[in-house]
Amino acid sequence: MTIRQKEILLKASVFIAASLPLALLLSQVFEVGSMRLGPNPVEDIQDATGIWGIRLLAVTLSITPLSWVTGPLIIRVRRMLGLFAFTYCSLHFLNYLLLDQTLNLAEIFEDILERPFITIGFAALLTMLPLAITSTNNWRRKLGRRWNTLHKLMYLICILGCWHFYWQVKKDLTEPLIYCAIIGLLLTARIIRKRSQNAKAAARKIATETTDSRSTSEC
Amino acid sequence: MLIKKPENIRPSEITSRDNYLNRRNFVNMTAMAGTSLALGSGCSEAGNEAKVQTSIAPKSYPGMDVNSYEDITSYNNFYEFGLDKSDPAKYSKNFNPQPWSVTIDGEAEITGTFDYEDIIGPHTIEERIYRFRCVEAWSMVVPWNGIPMGDLLKRFKPTSKAKYVAFETVYRPSEMPGQKAGVLDFPYIEGLTIEEAMHPLTLMVTGLYGTDLPNQNGAPLRLMVPWKYGFKSIKSIVRISFTEKQPRTSWSDTAPSEYGFYANVNPEVNHPRWSQARERRIGAGLFGEKVPTLMFNGYAEEVASLYSGLDLRRYY
Repeated sequence: MTIRQKEILLKASVFIAASLPLALLLSQVFEVGSMRLGPNPVEDIQDATGIWGIRLLAVTLSITPLSWVTGPLIIRVRRMLGLFAFTYCSLHFLNYLLLDQTLNLAEIFEDILERPFITIGFAALLTMLPLAITSTNNWRRKLGRRWNTLHKLMYLICILGCWHFYWQVKKDLTEPLIYCAIIGLLLTARIIRKRSQNAKAAARKIATETTDSRSTSEC
Repeated sequence: MLIKKPENIRPSEITSRDNYLNRRNFVNMTAMAGTSLALGSGCSEAGNEAKVQTSIAPKSYPGMDVNSYEDITSYNNFYEFGLDKSDPAKYSKNFNPQPWSVTIDGEAEITGTFDYEDIIGPHTIEERIYRFRCVEAWSMVVPWNGIPMGDLLKRFKPTSKAKYVAFETVYRPSEMPGQKAGVLDFPYIEGLTIEEAMHPLTLMVTGLYGTDLPNQNGAPLRLMVPWKYGFKSIKSIVRISFTEKQPRTSWSDTAPSEYGFYANVNPEVNHPRWSQARERRIGAGLFGEKVPTLMFNGYAEEVASLYSGLDLRRYY
């Protein structure tokens, strides 16, 4: 299999896998076969889109560390996963806006301003917006190095997402804590790698400097 | 009159689904007409001759749209059986609500442990269609069957020291898988002031829709205080204690800043993390708009006098 074929296969499977939760949710909404939402359908949609939003954020965040082990090919699905995460989070917000609050603006503003977990969730979604917009090749070229800096916002988004989940839970914190741990681990992995890279770079620099000074003294 | 309870017969075994649905219409109609009725089909088939008195629908609440049996029995908060709303229906099948006994203790002349029959026997079971408002801002309308709690409590002759009534749920980790998880300190405990417990709206529930109380709804005996958030209405009661001091309660023990002793439904006092101004009606479907929450869940006319002079913002 050529690299190109591998890439297409990988992208197609990731696309299908990431679409499945949405497909399942839509089948429940439109009552396909015996699939149904429960007695509180609005809450069901809110929970499903929310949990898949945070799951896909975590998966997106795991691609870079994974590529250290598997090689760079999987980087090719990172953008798609990020956009899926954005899609689920947007549906989560739209469901809140349209079905839960039925566009009652007074309530929505009050929620966003006064309820910390909603404030944080909203902030996370807003932060995702520029990343989704600049996810195209065009934007990437246009922004150059700044694109990388901008997309570091992903770390902030993941932290906000966990926080939003943690604060929303009534009592049992196990599930949000699991996501906090996963995302914490993925961020720590980056810090450790960055440090060891810095250390190596510093070591290299010292090495070259010593050789330089030696060569000067020899002169 | 003595009400014989069918033992170990599940409602689903004695009543067809059609009958459930017919009964629902039946109950709806009678609720509207406000006439008294004797329950038909399901119960008499099982030899149960329970007489059901006039339904009490609160006057202050418009459009009492009774929820389906399915909604009421598949969307439950009963942490003893798990945290998801669907868990209680799934994981309560091995729970045995019969035989059952309740211990009465504390500041009363008559105390001891009494069988289910002794507790319920002397009373006439009534049907009460009540609004049910969860602290999580959703609500239902439920046709309960039960006996006025006050009538029951008076039989044990509480003394003048009895200022509060404490309730306790059964502790049976072998039959209640959620009790092993330790999310709350089990057994679940709740309490009311004696005035609240004696109020004519306060019910000791024995069933719903004219059938035995399903396990997931708190079989065989549960409290129903319709003007308070749902968590006050403790399920599967095994102990009732008359106390002089305000009893501890499970949720205010776990999160005192979020859940108080009184827990009266109050649209003006928000939960620290969400609004209590409106509620989602279960059964309203995907496009059902939230409706405004009413003071004391619509029972202000009946119960507001219990709290005259009490700062409801402080005593939430």
